Amino acid sequence: MALPLHATLGQRIWQLTFRAICVLVFIFLVMPIIVIIPISVSSSSLLNYPLPGVSWKWFEVIFTPYPWMLSLENSVIIASATTVLATILGTLAAYGLTSVEFRLKPLLMALLLSPMMVPLVITALAAYFVFARVGLAGTFTGMILAHTVLAVPFVVITVTATLQGFDRNMVRAAQSLGARPLTAFFGVTLPLIMPGVISGAIFAFVTSFDEIVVALFIASPAQFTLPRQLFSGLRDNLDPSIVAIATLLIVVSVALMAVVELLRWRSERLGRAAEML
Amino acid sequence: MRRADRLRKFRAYGLIAPLFLFLVAFFLVPIGFVLYFSISNPEVVTMLPRVTEALRAWDGQNLPDEATFAALAEDLKLGYADRTLPKVSLRLNYEVSGFRSLLMRTGRKAKRMQAPFREAMIARDARWSDLIYWRTLKGNDSAFTMHYLLQAIDLDLQWDGGIRRAPPEKQVYLDNLQRTLWIALVVALSCIVLGYPVAYMIATAPRRLAKILILLVLLPFWTSLLVRTAAWVIVLQKAGIVNDVLLGLGLVEEPLALIFNRTGVYIAMVHILLPFMILPHYSVMKGIPSDHVRAATSLGATPRAAFLSVYFPQTLPGLAAGCLLVYVIALGFYITPMLIGGGSDQMLAYLIAEYATNTANWGLAGALAILLLACIGVLYPLYQRFAGAGGMKLG
Repeated sequence: MALPLHATLGQRIWQLTFRAICVLVFIFLVMPIIVIIPISVSSSSLLNYPLPGVSWKWFEVIFTPYPWMLSLENSVIIASATTVLATILGTLAAYGLTSVEFRLKPLLMALLLSPMMVPLVITALAAYFVFARVGLAGTFTGMILAHTVLAVPFVVITVTATLQGFDRNMVRAAQSLGARPLTAFFGVTLPLIMPGVISGAIFAFVTSFDEIVVALFIASPAQFTLPRQLFSGLRDNLDPSIVAIATLLIVVSVALMAVVELLRWRSERLGRAAEML
Repeated sequence: MRRADRLRKFRAYGLIAPLFLFLVAFFLVPIGFVLYFSISNPEVVTMLPRVTEALRAWDGQNLPDEATFAALAEDLKLGYADRTLPKVSLRLNYEVSGFRSLLMRTGRKAKRMQAPFREAMIARDARWSDLIYWRTLKGNDSAFTMHYLLQAIDLDLQWDGGIRRAPPEKQVYLDNLQRTLWIALVVALSCIVLGYPVAYMIATAPRRLAKILILLVLLPFWTSLLVRTAAWVIVLQKAGIVNDVLLGLGLVEEPLALIFNRTGVYIAMVHILLPFMILPHYSVMKGIPSDHVRAATSLGATPRAAFLSVYFPQTLPGLAAGCLLVYVIALGFYITPMLIGGGSDQMLAYLIAEYATNTANWGLAGALAILLLACIGVLYPLYQRFAGAGGMKLG
């Protein structure tokens, strides 16, 4: 990036322009998310600046049981169950996938990851068609199953990536010392791949917690999640309580992002330390 | 040793099996149902069986005979009694509007009709002397049909099996497909233009700065799509923040219309998909050793020449992969255009949802879903070629 000392004026102008463009793009990326947050403590019901005064009344609105806290509860229930189910299924599959080679493996991998590439609306439509017939539409179970389909590829990807850097000799060492396969898995493998599993679990949680399309298709009001309620609010009455909910969701996302990033920095640092040894 | 190998393999399959079976049951089978609904046509065959049978021998040229009318009267009577008539009426109304009212009107009186049925039914509703209704019935004498799939590409399946272009007022689906492909293209190209320099800047920045800049990209990446869409709805309003700033700076005379039109859709979609372009690009660019460009400049290349002939070609596979990824994701967009776009900015996903939930035309919803899947199915192998088998790392 740094220009040589003998850079011409043209080069300097070009670099300045380039940096200006980048700064504008960064502003574009962050601005809409940051700029709405203060509106959630506005004392007026207008979604605009300057704020006439500061008030917590919109947070008081969203901390009432109905509809916001009920939908938060629904979201937490559905996302937690999804996380458990997706993490178990995805971690087992990733462990299996990385421990053997076979001819159809790429095909199987593509199949296991396919829910990521199929547009949400089609996955939701498919669930809508089938779940109604088997009594799963408008149930928590239905939402959890559909969300697990969407979340599980993220677990498979993150855990597989972690397992690729995992030294299988550790397992062999444990087994040669008499550990049974299950003991070796829980005592050696799992603790070592834990950062990957936790990252995968967080991805799964966020996938479910933020999901809206499946919720639009198969949730009945009793299962309305936070995004589903937010969607109704966006269409019906746009006031700062919507922004308060959005702020809450942003805080949750940022917190979870921080955990995943910290895990990654840690594993990078450990990786570098291991290289130095 | 071979036995141990086999054992290990079986154990691995055993670990993969639960997820595999789970996805088969709750993803692949349901997707199969989408395919099934797009060609399934059970209503007329099962709910009007007698007249379907009677019409098999009909040549479609003159009004059907008395026996056929009698068969229809019997079907209507039974269908009205067991309440299947509204369902088949709705189905036939997709093809000829007014068919529903005709069937329901006649059905209500079918019980009291007496021979000769031909006269009785035409007396009840003169439309029964119009061949189009009979031909539509005959055109649906099979439990499977290409009707919906053809309709999804603006073709009309005739009662005699012929295929024609749909009448102009019904040619909406190819237009919508074209619009979907176009919006996704504009978004993908905008993401390249905005994302490439940013990825380059992060990849060449000092480590500490790069970490901060990456966080600026990850923040929108992690924020829920609905929240980002909501943010744009608020920011882009007529009395919203963007318009306030533009007015305040004197850049515009009166507020711009930035929402409920295409501009808003492009802005929000680019914002949502830009991280998908920047993050993979950044990891590709970080892998390009900086001494390549330094070697080129030390050999006398100008910075521009060094960039264009040494650096840029190495980023091309990433560029192609990122572009395809953004394009494919953009094709399936639903929520953002729905909330930010106007009526003429809706994409294919919106039509699919609309037919599935509002008009309950599952066949057409399924057919349009297959059209969308087909577009993605064509592009996905290309993406995999550029991105490598494991897909791209995101962040």
